[in-house]
Amino acid sequence: MTADAGKPAPRGTAPDLFDKFQPLIDVRENLLATGVTDPFNLVMERVESPTVAICNGKRTILLGTYNYMGQTFDPDVLAAGHKALDEYGSGTTGSRVLNGTYQGHRECEEALKRFYAMDHAMVFSTGYQANLGIISTMAGKDDYVILDIDSHASIYDGCALGNAQIVAFRHNDVDALEKRLKRLPTEAGKLVVLEGVYSMLGDTAPLKEMVAISKAHGAMVLVDEAHSMGFIGENGRGVAEEQGVLDDVDFVIGTFSKSVGTVGGFCVSNHPKFEILRLVCRPYVFTASLPPSVVATAATSIDKLRGAADKRAHLWANSKRLHGGLKSLGFTLGTETPQSAIIAVIMPDLERGAAMWEALLQEGLYVNLARPPATPAGMTLLRCSLCALHSEEQVGEILGMFEAAGKRVGVI
Amino acid sequence: MTDRDERKDAIHRLIADFNKKGIEVSEETRFAQDLEWDSLTVMDFVAAVEDEFDIIITMNRAAEIETVGQLIDAVGELQG
Repeated sequence: MTADAGKPAPRGTAPDLFDKFQPLIDVRENLLATGVTDPFNLVMERVESPTVAICNGKRTILLGTYNYMGQTFDPDVLAAGHKALDEYGSGTTGSRVLNGTYQGHRECEEALKRFYAMDHAMVFSTGYQANLGIISTMAGKDDYVILDIDSHASIYDGCALGNAQIVAFRHNDVDALEKRLKRLPTEAGKLVVLEGVYSMLGDTAPLKEMVAISKAHGAMVLVDEAHSMGFIGENGRGVAEEQGVLDDVDFVIGTFSKSVGTVGGFCVSNHPKFEILRLVCRPYVFTASLPPSVVATAATSIDKLRGAADKRAHLWANSKRLHGGLKSLGFTLGTETPQSAIIAVIMPDLERGAAMWEALLQEGLYVNLARPPATPAGMTLLRCSLCALHSEEQVGEILGMFEAAGKRVGVI
Repeated sequence: MTDRDERKDAIHRLIADFNKKGIEVSEETRFAQDLEWDSLTVMDFVAAVEDEFDIIITMNRAAEIETVGQLIDAVGELQG
């Protein structure tokens, strides 16, 4: 080690590698200079239930979590986690293909197979890694991945990690998808990647038409159902189930961090050769497996989601009421009708969006402030994510808070 | 008129539909920096070019195309 160790490198003509982040640093500093609480650094000091936490010392209704089915405090789910923690310890220390596969991982995969009525299930450490792994592994050089332009970052990153040719089409545009499929070489391998619910606006995809067109052109289809699992479809299997095309979907990707109420990701499939992916999928092979307590909570939660028809009905009632109420108050929403548990309230710009976010927090309501590049078309929006455990009274409170904050900030 | 001239005319016509700021366009004009198009505009423009010439411009290929001149040549290659 030299005497200069620890000192900054000499600044010659080479740029500081942080320079490329300067525009974002400026946006953030300008926003915080207006006096708002940092919307990307909220700390939940205590969590009282799936719908209420103490934030900044204040009782706050949670309308910005992905806890759609309210499973995070389910007594059976918690008991399974405690038991696994006691019996198997706190961590696995390894990859699934070496020392990281425990009985709980197998049981979790069995629960997924039961839930989706599919032959194969593979658990990943996060939903992000599930997309990263499946897309980059399935589509190799000379294959094509055809994706919706509004796809989640994990889908784009899966494309970037692989070597395939990437073709994007306009959001939810059936004709644009068909046109591109028609132009691709007949003999090329093709993977069409779609999402059931798009997370920023909460809109659903026309999967019935898109899956049929994809299959007609010889493409395999992957549908990410992260934001619909548990809630949409007769058995909670997602938008593909609701639109009657689940049997034609080759891969369903999902997550445990939303309706399942823990953390992790998965892929289910009926493809007879699916199991080989356990040896060739790098984000599965080269990462630590989930701890036993997590897969135990996931397995228990997934089994309970199958029979949660009452919760689904209550969540739909909440979604319709909140959507209708916000519309009546004069807010601009991301969808004309309620299509999922997500209701996006469009803001005129980042400044008023941040001011509205802060005003809602002062009222005692937490929502997500979303802005580009996460959002489509340069939009700033407040994303509301309902939970099946929000009571009717809470939905009424939420509408009152939006009215008060909206008038104070001048958005309505 | 050569094939390249015809492609050039068609591409200039398509650019005009998206060139809301009326920026003067030459073969050296860069899409991102000079025309100041956001990603959605770029996607719509690429789709318009694809439809005009009945080709596919993958995102991999589009990332290599910076100028109008490069696009005219790339379309020629993609048409075969």
